[in-house]
Amino acid sequence: MSSLFEEIATPPGAGIPVTRITVNVNGNDRTLDVEPRLLLADLLRQGLDLTGTHKGCDTTNCGACTVLVDGRPVKSCTMLAVQADGREVQTVEGLATPSELHPIQEGFKQEHGLQCGFCTPGMMMSAKALLERNPDPTEDEIRWALSGNLCRCTGYQNIVKAVLWAADKMRAETN
Amino acid sequence: MSLDEVKIGGLGASRRRVEDNRFIRGKGNYVDDIVLPGMLHMEILRSPVAHARIKSIDTSAAWDMPGVRLVLTGEMMAARNLAWMPTLSYDTAAVLATDKVRFQGQEVCAVIADDPYIAKDACAKIVVDYEILPPIVNPVQAAAPDAIQIRDDKAGQVGNKVFDWEIGDKAKTDKAFEEADLVSKVEMHYPRTHPSPIECCGSIADFDRATGKLTFYVTSQAPHIVRAAVALVAELPEQQIRVVSPDIGGGFGNKVPVYPGYVISILASILTEKPVKWIEDKTGNLISTGFGRDVYLKGEMALRKDGKILAIRMNTISDHGAFFADAQPSKFKIGLMHSAFACYDIPTAHMFATGYYTNKAPGGVAYRCSFRVTEAMFFQERMVHAAADDLGMDQAEFRRVNFVKDDDFPHRTAFGFLTDSGQYEKCLNVGMEAIGYKNFAKEQEEARKRGKLLGIGISTMTEPLGAGNSREYDILGIKMFDSAELRVHMTGKAILRTGAKTQGQGHETTWAQIVAHELGIPAEDIVVEEGDTDTAPFGMGTYASRSTPVAGAAVSMAARKVRAKARKIAAHLLEVSEEDIEWELGRFYVRSNSDRGVTIQECAMAAYSNMPDGMEPGLENTAYYDPPNLTWPFAAYFCKVEVDPETGVWDVLQFVAVDDCGVRINPMIVEGQIMGGLTEAYAMANMQYITYDEEGNCIGSNYMDFLLPTAWETPGFELYEVVTPCPHHPIGAKGVGECATVAGPAAFVNAVVNALSHKGVRNIDMPLMPNRVYEALTTGQDVYGMPPVRSGN
Amino acid sequence: MYPSRFKYESPKTLEAAIALLDAGKGDAKILAGGQSLVPMLKLRFAFPEQIVDINNIPGLNYHRFDADGSLHIGALCRHEDLEHSAEIAKRQPTIAAAAPLVADPIVRTRGTFVGSVCHADPQGDWAATMIALGGHLVVQGPKGKRTIDMKDFVLGPYANALNYNEIAIEAVIPAPKGVARGGYLKLERRVGDFATASVAVALDMEGNRVLRAGIALAGVGGKTIDANDEASALVGHELTEAAIDSVAAAVAAKAEPRTDHRGSSDYKRQIVKTFVKRILVSQISEKVA
Repeated sequence: MSSLFEEIATPPGAGIPVTRITVNVNGNDRTLDVEPRLLLADLLRQGLDLTGTHKGCDTTNCGACTVLVDGRPVKSCTMLAVQADGREVQTVEGLATPSELHPIQEGFKQEHGLQCGFCTPGMMMSAKALLERNPDPTEDEIRWALSGNLCRCTGYQNIVKAVLWAADKMRAETN
Repeated sequence: MSLDEVKIGGLGASRRRVEDNRFIRGKGNYVDDIVLPGMLHMEILRSPVAHARIKSIDTSAAWDMPGVRLVLTGEMMAARNLAWMPTLSYDTAAVLATDKVRFQGQEVCAVIADDPYIAKDACAKIVVDYEILPPIVNPVQAAAPDAIQIRDDKAGQVGNKVFDWEIGDKAKTDKAFEEADLVSKVEMHYPRTHPSPIECCGSIADFDRATGKLTFYVTSQAPHIVRAAVALVAELPEQQIRVVSPDIGGGFGNKVPVYPGYVISILASILTEKPVKWIEDKTGNLISTGFGRDVYLKGEMALRKDGKILAIRMNTISDHGAFFADAQPSKFKIGLMHSAFACYDIPTAHMFATGYYTNKAPGGVAYRCSFRVTEAMFFQERMVHAAADDLGMDQAEFRRVNFVKDDDFPHRTAFGFLTDSGQYEKCLNVGMEAIGYKNFAKEQEEARKRGKLLGIGISTMTEPLGAGNSREYDILGIKMFDSAELRVHMTGKAILRTGAKTQGQGHETTWAQIVAHELGIPAEDIVVEEGDTDTAPFGMGTYASRSTPVAGAAVSMAARKVRAKARKIAAHLLEVSEEDIEWELGRFYVRSNSDRGVTIQECAMAAYSNMPDGMEPGLENTAYYDPPNLTWPFAAYFCKVEVDPETGVWDVLQFVAVDDCGVRINPMIVEGQIMGGLTEAYAMANMQYITYDEEGNCIGSNYMDFLLPTAWETPGFELYEVVTPCPHHPIGAKGVGECATVAGPAAFVNAVVNALSHKGVRNIDMPLMPNRVYEALTTGQDVYGMPPVRSGN
Repeated sequence: MYPSRFKYESPKTLEAAIALLDAGKGDAKILAGGQSLVPMLKLRFAFPEQIVDINNIPGLNYHRFDADGSLHIGALCRHEDLEHSAEIAKRQPTIAAAAPLVADPIVRTRGTFVGSVCHADPQGDWAATMIALGGHLVVQGPKGKRTIDMKDFVLGPYANALNYNEIAIEAVIPAPKGVARGGYLKLERRVGDFATASVAVALDMEGNRVLRAGIALAGVGGKTIDANDEASALVGHELTEAAIDSVAAAVAAKAEPRTDHRGSSDYKRQIVKTFVKRILVSQISEKVA
């Protein structure tokens, strides 16, 4: 902890009120002054240089911006950064450990569950939330759980296979 | 002791993708991820109205806002000769509006500020005074004699017509129609839709005054085309322009044109002396960038009573919006529409094509369709379906009777294309077996008695992929070759650069597989780069499924040139003459003593340390490939649906896709392309459209109105493979990226129409939303044209 | 894409939140799930002076059945809590049927039942469900609490009966006298789409006899359509296909759909009629599992 500089998400102009928040992002507490109108997606991408979370639409439809907030999937473009104060946020950058990929990441690679990669982080975070509640989902349950994440490249079939692959691996690892 | 080709990641290996390593970690490098020191942000103010004269623009409040650095208007662009730019179809398009706005969403002003939020605030403060003019929202209105002229900026433009174009033999065709036993007629509209990759378009312009160099990061499928355009429009010297297309989040043709935002961001960077980032939002993308389709067809088929097609007539009318900005080979005003019916042996055909301006977004770009081939093949298979029904003939049988036979290749089509290979009947048979076609008629009959509506639709086609040979194909005069540059390092690893630009097709993985095939270097030892015009050899980019046919061929040829030099080095190392050298995967050996050999890696080391006398060191080469012909993959799709008679909702019960795209480099990736394409086909058949109301308001400019299916609606697909190698491609491959989008929609539509055939329904125009299906079912009438729209919904 | 500037407060008590609304004189808006408000802020359809975030007020995130069988849903109960509740699946089938159809699974982790009802979107699933169930809202303002019957709550599109200084703190669904049955059907072209038409059917039954019936519609008018009167024709009788046909026709006639790109008004009435029939027919006693 240094007093050398203070992390500021949006440089406050004269007289523009900012709110101080502390957000735990991928296991690290980050304290920042933010304008209330700053979207969580922009806090992550611009304020914290975590550009793995993507923005794809302006009507809360595409889900490319999906992150986990206190373990639940949230479209970070539709949450204000100030609402993440005191919360735990997990992004795609927090999926792998320093030595190992998460089984979901492995599954997406093994089963060709991505092509351009743009929807992939959001898709994987939704999948992670699904598998944490339902470790043995059916294909229908997977399609239902991912119906808030749009993909234009894959046609979803391999995404389903990727999640099934990951579910198999995660169940094997718990046993 | 040849290497196992699949093990080293050569052809046929379902090699896991190299690019995944960064994408799954969230470490992709998309344009919006790039941050440059001091970077400013640009936001575009768009016109809320479709057609209006601009009386005044007041930007003073925007200038006054803290954090705003620059506000650009059309007038300021005009002072620098940048208010208009050329399109890829020899028209001009506005960069920022000066006299008029000509479509809702057109770019009017640009604000450059410290952050995108402030830029948006400032845009909201700009006041534009519009004098509304009557809008034209379809070609019928455009063609009316008293219609207002949209392009009053164009010298010599009369009315709203863009072009008339004609191909085929009218006299011979007319005669065939006179002699026909039956003429089958259809009228249909392929509605406007949009490629809509999830990532929107954007750019970062970084002009360095000290060096005079412009570095331009951009979401482009064709970075070299962007460099050429910038050199022409911005009049910067070409060697001082570096265009970088980093990771692209999907293209599908949407990221081929050069958009106003790109040009404005460049000027903004020059004026502010800072990097300027412009990322459009989804509304901007849907309302203003390259759309797809919007073509009307009147089609006629002359038939003999035994089912033989004698002639085809097509009359198309296309809607190009406010500027003719199609990205397609310049000789073909309506793209490759005349590739329709290429898989059928038809003696004669004729087509008239007319294009019109309307007050809508400019274009239309080729949306995952090889230049209008989606329209061509959709019209073809819908006409075929109607004709078979009109004749009272089985759908599969009708196609079988008319297919080009396996030993009829090469075959000159009625419109002049030369198809070279295929096993159409085999594909048809595989699909029929898989969908249970033989029993279906009975199944359908019995279901109808129980009030259940089942239907099967077939779609078969061959399409021209891989534009294209330099005799016939160019864009703005630049020939459509492609390129590859391969350098092998001393330890036998390699770097490959091509003129293509992947947006998810997996080039970093698949091009290495081609090199592995040619040289026996394991694919994992080969790094592939694309997208930086300072380092990549010139290419026309990736769209229209042209990369495997053209760039892939260039990769193969470059690798062969390298192998030819390596052979000389091998002869030197083995101390025999070149004639005594044989090659097996990864190794040269002495013909008379196969135990004596050298690996390709040993040759590489020798290229730097032990060259033959008189030979230049190094082991590398470049190939520019001018394809002799297009490639001709074939698809046979079978779709089975059930329609709910009380609601018009239809479900896909089974979808069988048989694809013949020649030799498959990476089967896993090929299947991924097909499934993605089928999903877009499903989307277009079902829900994915853009329309305009009578005031020119765009309905479909956001994801609430422009519908993409989710994992829940999207059906599963059963994929089958037939392989008929391409006779002229170095590795026998054909394009495949767009086959499914091209052939898919007709399969779905034919199935639903078949389910309703007992009511006499012959056509329902896409999108086959439940209400439209219900209307056809209950009235027995065809449903034609766009869904009705009320303003102010 | 980006909201305009606003002031932001995150009070820790209801009283503090109400005081902020009161001081705002109508220019302050409550932020609960934010899945309707934030999109409107981003499109600048809404630009309040102040946002009052109630997510940090404890004691609002609950749903529970009281001993008398009534269901109480707190202001911060998220859609997915209702979707995943086994008790709701058993005891309030109309809610259980509607919950999975609200927006999409990700929106459902944040969006709230009460917030959605207050939003009064004519497409809204929960306002229709509440009307069909005959529920009411408990609201609190500077002068204390009061209740607003659901049928008096929705005044028009996006307009509700709250005063500017009141917060809806709880939705209450009355206990059935017999067994709660019913369902919810929605015609959407894809998950998350605006509804072409939605039908909420809530029955209170004893065996195959209807003690109470409520039907409400979404997406087929300028506001949620209350068809409880039409539904009441079923009360006091056995549920039969003939009775169902008659009610379905009456409910379809009550709808006020507009012709638009989702369909003609006739088509939307057809959907209403079909859905009413399908839900009711599935509730005929011998058909219930």
